[in-house]
Amino acid sequence: MGKKILLKHDHVSGIQGYEVYRKMGGYTSVERALKNMTPNEVTEEVKKSGLRGRGGAGFPTGLKWSFMAKPKGVKRYLVCNADESEPGTFKDRYLMSRIPHLLIEGMIASSYALGANTAYIYIRGEFFYIARILENAINEAYANGWLGKNILDSNYSLDLFVHTGAGAYICGEETALLESLEGKRGNPRIKPPFPAVKGAWDCPTVVNNVETIAAVVPIINDGGEAYSKVGIGKSTGTKLISASGHINKPGVYEIEMGITVEDFIYSDEYCGGILNGKKLKAVVAGGSSVPILPADLILKTANGKPRLMSYESLADGGFTTGTMLGSGGFIVMDETTSIVKNLWNFTRFYHHESCGQCSPCREGTAWMEKVLHKILDGQGSLTDIDLLWEIQRKIEGNTICPLGEAAAWPVASAIRHFKSEFEEYVKNPSSINDVKHYFEVNKLEMA
Amino acid sequence: MPKVTIDGKTIEVADGTTILQAARMLGKEVAPPAMCFYTNLKTSGGYCRTCLVKVSKGSDKDPRPMPKLVASCRTPIMDGMEVQNNTSPEVIDARKGVVEFLLINHPLDCPVCDQAGECHLQDLSYENGSAKTRTEFERRTFNKIEIGNKIQLHMTRCILCYRCVKVAEQITDGRVHGVINRGDHSEISTYIEEVIDNDFSGNVIDVCPVGALTDKTFRFKSRVWFTKPMSAHRTCDKCSGKVTLWYQGDEVLRTTGRKDQWGEVEEFICNTCRFDKKLTSDWTIEGPTIVDKHSVISANHYEGMIIPNELTLNDIKKLPLLEKNTDGNTEF
Repeated sequence: MGKKILLKHDHVSGIQGYEVYRKMGGYTSVERALKNMTPNEVTEEVKKSGLRGRGGAGFPTGLKWSFMAKPKGVKRYLVCNADESEPGTFKDRYLMSRIPHLLIEGMIASSYALGANTAYIYIRGEFFYIARILENAINEAYANGWLGKNILDSNYSLDLFVHTGAGAYICGEETALLESLEGKRGNPRIKPPFPAVKGAWDCPTVVNNVETIAAVVPIINDGGEAYSKVGIGKSTGTKLISASGHINKPGVYEIEMGITVEDFIYSDEYCGGILNGKKLKAVVAGGSSVPILPADLILKTANGKPRLMSYESLADGGFTTGTMLGSGGFIVMDETTSIVKNLWNFTRFYHHESCGQCSPCREGTAWMEKVLHKILDGQGSLTDIDLLWEIQRKIEGNTICPLGEAAAWPVASAIRHFKSEFEEYVKNPSSINDVKHYFEVNKLEMA
Repeated sequence: MPKVTIDGKTIEVADGTTILQAARMLGKEVAPPAMCFYTNLKTSGGYCRTCLVKVSKGSDKDPRPMPKLVASCRTPIMDGMEVQNNTSPEVIDARKGVVEFLLINHPLDCPVCDQAGECHLQDLSYENGSAKTRTEFERRTFNKIEIGNKIQLHMTRCILCYRCVKVAEQITDGRVHGVINRGDHSEISTYIEEVIDNDFSGNVIDVCPVGALTDKTFRFKSRVWFTKPMSAHRTCDKCSGKVTLWYQGDEVLRTTGRKDQWGEVEEFICNTCRFDKKLTSDWTIEGPTIVDKHSVISANHYEGMIIPNELTLNDIKKLPLLEKNTDGNTEF
């Protein structure tokens, strides 16, 4: 069995409730932090642990915390980004619905470290049932003295609120999230200033992913150094991976960083191999926006080393032969999958979710979808493939927020690694119907 | 004071100046185009991405280049910063892309558009775009919204620069004007008619870089290059009363705010001055307006002309508005 840190107790019945969670050692990190540590010491522990943001970018959390401006007399906020909307990623949903108190415990300890007296959990609108679970858990935490005024007689007070979004992918971008939290239209802000200086209501704010905040709990309990020993190199600790697609055992897995991708796909402990004994074709390793990799490149890096589940190894080779760990949405596609149809579906998603503020993303995502649709309609030409490449190149890096890149990367990587498939569709349009769409295949085989 | 070098030219500017403002101080050759930034409108800019520039050196303290192109209108300069605008092929390429994006859904109905001739999008695509389009899909359309008898809204022409939204934010207290829907379905809307009742609502026409918001009292009356701009003023209790009158013969066809060389109005004017005062007797004429950029009207008509402080209507009629070219032909 691999090492489990966050999901150590997820199988325990009743872990959703306060009593069982407390019995399993819950809230000890809050006791430890509030009674024995100063806020700076907590931040130092997080720095020592090497914890990196689990939302996708992988920015060192301790460093992010230390960037927070601390002017006197100005409120500070901690906001938890639970707007998990990346296609293929569903780890936070599992964590929050299964062990809600872990997130709340992490929120208290992190808020203490940042000196925030108000904290928010911004949760996506579709997760309304999880919002109820969290609200129940928060009420239990208030009732048992973990939230509210003067927690554990430490003179530290914290109020925690759950705020539901209305179901927009863009609100997962931290500044759009803050706009939405303030009650405005969820459009990303233009940076600088960064949230650490001017965030919610123009006060210094830190926005962290659910899994990042949950990981603060074991870091305080066991020390940053112990946490940094788990994992490999600069990818410390464990990571929740949401595995989906053509695999025998889809679901959320906690892995120690550094296991091989091959192990993750084929071992019975994790994905359990490809569905129906078919061959692996491609993998999107970190949620829909990271570059797709063909089977040979996801199992081995360009220089022949086995690829590992870690920030560095997955990014090995840059975007020409590598990808990103991203948010850990691991989508596996077997040999029957059409890359172009799948890409169209992704692009359709980004078109639908583009906020429409800046021109490259607003117009480019729609244009890419139309071109892909045209190819799948059997009306494509070879110049359309070049045009797609051109459009994605003009979007990437020229937008306000990373949604532009998220829309451009899948297109770029699909053309880079599977150009022959595009050409086949253009030259021989009848072949389009021979391959089923990723979701069509799933539906057929599940029926 | 921090120093910045843009395309090899160095200037010292005040703290907090943006790259775009510094570039404008250096002159037309190095100033990036801007479709959404507007000096008079707070929090404007950053949306259109036409002013993207490359920061090849962050500052003296941290000389690393910035990883991506940045929106010059929203990026404050640092001491020792080095910026490439027209000297960077990367910037020119990206800008060409932005122009293409702005045009794929623009109706290109310039022949019937009142803005033609003073349209920033025309200038932008002429200077930075390509001659041919690569899009072959139907352009997006919107349901028409009537917003009163003074201002015409053509949503199909809109490039979503947010300038009119910022005007509404500044002239009204409530958040009544904004954008609805997402992505390429985004639309200027939400109670726009509530803003229209405001005394300063006419300014949305002046700030609009394209023909999405035009003056209904001027609609289809003349191409702008057939009209003669005159600076004029009147005593007004609501605004400064400083305007540009657009004449055809003796008739005032249109009134707008006075625009500087970047096409931005210097002072917002009220709706009375804009829509209701259409007689020469309402105004004190100061003289012909020099239109610098952003218009085919400029056409060197007034170059080298001495402008007296105050003119009467008879004086104006005597003015040699049509100048001879060097080859002797009259240019209109």
